[in-house]
Amino acid sequence: MLTYRAMSHDGITAKGLVREFKGAIRAVDGIELDVQRGEIYGFLGPNGAGKSTTVHMLTTLLPPTAGTATVAGFDVSTQGPEVRRRIGAALQEAALDNFLTGREHFELQGGLHGLAKAERGARAVELLERVGLTDAADRKVGGYSGGMKRRLDLALALVHRPSILFLDEPTTGLDPQSRSALWSEVARLAKDDGVTVFLTTQYLEEADVLADRVGIIDQGRIVAEGTPRELKEQVGRSSVEAIPANPDDRGAIEAVLSRFGEPAAASPKGVAVRLDGGSESLGQVVRALDAEGLEIAHLQLNAPSLDDVFLAKTGRSLEGAEEDRAEEVVA
Amino acid sequence: MARETLHEVAMIANRSVRRTLRQPALIVPVVLFPLMLLAINASGLNVTKRIPNFPADSYLDFALVVTFMQGGLFAATTAGTELATDIETGFLNRLQLTPLRAPAILIGQLAGAMVVAFLSSLAYLLVGLAAGAQVKAGVGGAVVLIALAMLVALAFGALGAIIGARTGSAEAVQGMFPLLFVFFFLSSMNLPRNLIQAEWFRTIATWNPISYLVEGLRSLVITGWDGTALWRCLVTVVAISVVGFLGASSSLRTRMART
Repeated sequence: MLTYRAMSHDGITAKGLVREFKGAIRAVDGIELDVQRGEIYGFLGPNGAGKSTTVHMLTTLLPPTAGTATVAGFDVSTQGPEVRRRIGAALQEAALDNFLTGREHFELQGGLHGLAKAERGARAVELLERVGLTDAADRKVGGYSGGMKRRLDLALALVHRPSILFLDEPTTGLDPQSRSALWSEVARLAKDDGVTVFLTTQYLEEADVLADRVGIIDQGRIVAEGTPRELKEQVGRSSVEAIPANPDDRGAIEAVLSRFGEPAAASPKGVAVRLDGGSESLGQVVRALDAEGLEIAHLQLNAPSLDDVFLAKTGRSLEGAEEDRAEEVVA
Repeated sequence: MARETLHEVAMIANRSVRRTLRQPALIVPVVLFPLMLLAINASGLNVTKRIPNFPADSYLDFALVVTFMQGGLFAATTAGTELATDIETGFLNRLQLTPLRAPAILIGQLAGAMVVAFLSSLAYLLVGLAAGAQVKAGVGGAVVLIALAMLVALAFGALGAIIGARTGSAEAVQGMFPLLFVFFFLSSMNLPRNLIQAEWFRTIATWNPISYLVEGLRSLVITGWDGTALWRCLVTVVAISVVGFLGASSSLRTRMART
């Protein structure tokens, strides 16, 4: 029992994980992972980068071609049933039965996980309430909106109290309100319940807001990994751009800003510098401009984004990468 | 272990029946289409009973079991389509992520098809009796008739499940329907084998397992308790079920690549 508890508290590891498909297509090409218990790990990449294939291998739905991986302390290749007992998953397509009600889904899913009838019912009530679907519990899922289906999918993944949760692009296609509600629930699960979350996404903001650490995947390989802050720091400091109210002040503004860092790319009317002191020095910049009596029409702090990280590591932006991939598929 | 498997089968069968009964587009044709064909054939072909050695008192009695066979055919399409739809929509992945055993998925789906076959068979029988048909084997024969019809649904359902699991395409399963229909017409479905004049047709009907299913079911209506027809029917339906189930299990195992 002690051994089980110790192992079930482990997170996710992968060493040299590879998955090839027919035609020697390498969807995942030697991935290394080390996700700690209770961590939210964001797996960020464009469509076709290998995110879902990785999730399918880690959730035991797809055997790896090479390499090893453990989930909750169990090998995904040889201990599939043990892994499945400890994980919950909401895969890319919210695979629900349109002819069953929300509550009937809990009945089925809970029953197949071995929960007693009374426990299934109680768990359904608890989770439906948590994801705001109590009123819709006895309606057929075919009449649910996309956001409701996603929330039900997430709730179903939790029915057997898994210690590790896999979410494959859980907010794709959702409106901002539904997306925000789902983020809150995922954050709560990790913080309050200690659930380890492995989240794939193609949204920079999602990874930035939600993930403790981010792995950026491109063409089957992890090209960068770290906290969002660490990753951004790898590609450079924040820059500040000022647009003078009076174009004649441009030279004076350049002189003031040059005290805070080297020049950076700016809009045609603006002046920009990369801040030596990072975003914390913005206050000093404002005070210096004010002290010189310079009037500013617009002042903007540009922090490096994860897209800048992706650009620095792959030479393409995330959106551009998606288009490239789409062209490859069409070709 | 056996108890857990039974529990899983019951859960999947329960879902299968619920979702089928909630789709009138699946149920209504299963009940109405065979009965409409029966009405047309029984009224238009009743003169057939005057053919020397025709084995039934009326064409209605003779043709009644065709409805059960057609119901079985619909069961095949439904079971295969439902399995393929689960693959297409990713619902099979949801099931795979639970401790559910692979055979339980198949048995559960087929059990659901058998429940639908039971309900539709009951409808065929009641409508047939109301129209004047008589079951020579009596009430017990009617019970066996429905039981055999459920086994036919199981056998055809397993064949449908092979296509469903192998292709993962509901359209591909529905494409199987005309092929099976051809097998139906090349059997003793519309005429006893000894009365089929064309030799090639009689030969095909003799080799066609569908003939033995039809003749077994039909014997209960027009003859009474005919041991030979019944054991041939039973052997045929069990053989098709076993082959179908093994084939579908193998296809589903390949499809469910989980470790």
